Amino acid sequence: MRAPTRFLSEFESKRRLASYGIQSVSERLVFSASEAEEAGRELGFPVVAKLCGEGIAHKTERGLVRLGLATPEMVRVAAEELLAKARPEDGETGVLLGEMVFGTRELIAGVVDDPQFGKCVMIGFGGIFAEVLADVSFRLLPLTRQDAIEMIDDLETQAVLEDFRGEPPVNREKLVDILLGLSSFAEADESIVSVDVNPLIVSQGIPIAVDALLEVRA
Amino acid sequence: MNKTAAILASSERFNALFSPEGIAVIGVNSHPAKFGFVAAHNILRHDYCGRVFLVKRDSGELLGEKCLESVDDIPDGAVDLAFICTPAAANPDILRSCAAKGVKAAFVVSAGYGEAGPEGREAQAELVKLCEELGILLAGPNGQGLVSPPVGLCAQIVAPMPLPGNIGVVSQSGNLVSSFMNLVEGTGIGISRGISAGNCAALGVADYLEYFAQDPETAVSLAYLEGLPDGRTFFDRAKKASRVQPLVLLKGGVTSGGAKAAASHTGSLASNDRIFHGMCRQAGISRVADVEEAVDTASAFSVLPLPRGRNVFVLTTAGGWGVLTADRISRSRDLSLMDIPPDIMAGFDAKLPSRWSRSNPADLAGGETRDTLPECLELVVAHPDVHAVVLLGLGIQSNQAHLAREGKFYPDNGLERICKYHERQDMRYADAVVDLMSEYDKPVLVATELAAVQPDNPGPARLRACGVPCFSTSHRAVTALEHLARYAKYRETRGI
Repeated sequence: MRAPTRFLSEFESKRRLASYGIQSVSERLVFSASEAEEAGRELGFPVVAKLCGEGIAHKTERGLVRLGLATPEMVRVAAEELLAKARPEDGETGVLLGEMVFGTRELIAGVVDDPQFGKCVMIGFGGIFAEVLADVSFRLLPLTRQDAIEMIDDLETQAVLEDFRGEPPVNREKLVDILLGLSSFAEADESIVSVDVNPLIVSQGIPIAVDALLEVRA
Repeated sequence: MNKTAAILASSERFNALFSPEGIAVIGVNSHPAKFGFVAAHNILRHDYCGRVFLVKRDSGELLGEKCLESVDDIPDGAVDLAFICTPAAANPDILRSCAAKGVKAAFVVSAGYGEAGPEGREAQAELVKLCEELGILLAGPNGQGLVSPPVGLCAQIVAPMPLPGNIGVVSQSGNLVSSFMNLVEGTGIGISRGISAGNCAALGVADYLEYFAQDPETAVSLAYLEGLPDGRTFFDRAKKASRVQPLVLLKGGVTSGGAKAAASHTGSLASNDRIFHGMCRQAGISRVADVEEAVDTASAFSVLPLPRGRNVFVLTTAGGWGVLTADRISRSRDLSLMDIPPDIMAGFDAKLPSRWSRSNPADLAGGETRDTLPECLELVVAHPDVHAVVLLGLGIQSNQAHLAREGKFYPDNGLERICKYHERQDMRYADAVVDLMSEYDKPVLVATELAAVQPDNPGPARLRACGVPCFSTSHRAVTALEHLARYAKYRETRGI
């Protein structure tokens, strides 16, 4: 029934979301191990390296994410290994180097296209229990600020959004801005089929889009 | 679609459906178990203020009324609503004759349409098309009928006929219309319109909700829904309707098991429940979990003023009820169990023995004399920081009176006098609730199990006579209050 779709690369997905105020980490897309070393120095260690390409939707399952790279040597090795893992169907690939984000809380946010209600913005708790707990809430496009505030309030596990293990409360204003950004983004571009910002790591209270995947009509 | 829209725009046709000048029952039958009998009976049994024509193939008489052999025998312009119980195959000709007589709306009870396989679906599409051509507003088919108590109309093949009131009911399942109305009956709350939407061939739930929103008789909508052909449109329309009045919605088919049952029941597509839930919050819909909550909530909206904030004060004549109610309110995201304001504390101290709880919930601990409860209640309701009040314990004095009256020591030993006193007191308390609520325009929710198990108890009975709900548990009262508070906040935050 549905028209064919394709996924944009993580780099491109984040680039497009950034213009709607969805903050990610500082990143560099590089195409060789030596460029990676250089980029690592610019970003400051430790860094994260991921293989990045249009056809890559499940990085973790394929072992395409390297965390906590603390030296130029580690970055160079990681980049070499990742580039070697590229498959023809991944399209043009590079290595995406980004700052390492530290935070115990993971959220997910996104846009889904529901067969009955059309495009909806979603917010929920991520991490390993995300699917079992399924603590998520939705609103239909377009969102008002009040809708966004209320959809966060609708989440069951409010305590996780408060002071948590020595970290400050989640900045709800920033989270509201992200949800409004997703709404405007999906509204502005008809070709968007889904947006998956996962994880949205809460670092010192600020939600940061650590990974993002855009699905668009082919 | 444009034509449908034009028909919808015409409230004249909706008026023909819910307050017709005259009604024709078509397919009347003399066997008292047949729909064609029951429909005629239910209309004639009540005090419908318009003219009634019974159309029966073999004419004759039914329930003292002379029947007409054909729609053609109805005087021109005498009927604007046709209630059709004939087999589906006969309906196209009947509808054409109806249109010629000036009929503007039809409720089609007949089955054999969209619920009955591909042929039925085809027949339904033709029915819709024909009614559009004829300019007849089509309700149903495959529905149980409608009630319109303000005009005494009970055009349905089932019971009950509720009291007139301001709740408009629409349901994709006829049984749920009955359930809602059965539960409302005996609460003192009434119904403005009630309709079993049947297959929703031309008119869907959203159409009725839009009508209720502009119907002067209706102040609250109550709907049961299984599925939606177009969720997005429903959202837009329900959101507009909820700006005008509260909309209480019960959804069936929420689990995969229920969804399967709903698919075979109304052929409706089940929706992702979390998205549905978010849609309701965004549209200002009060979504409820079950039939009791639906009726409690609609009753509360029907009568009680909306709270202007989240602070709840609980007044009880005994401890345990207050404790449980405090627990329930404390778990609420929409309500706060407020601290007792110092001036209420001082006022209560002056009226009560020192053993009263001195906190919220205010447990009067049996320390009240003749006027204490109404006076304490007024202190609370009048207080500017209190936004809603829950009152527990109404009717317990009359419950003791009831026990005494039934016993062997009655009426001697001073029992007759004290029983009358107890009963007068409960009626005074009920009157105080009604008066204070209207004077201060704040909701007071009364809860006692006696409302359910001892409906003649003078406390709950007095409230019922005044048309004010008396909830059977404090849990149910607080749940209804949450809906009131959430709706009030929805309006406030959106500048409605």
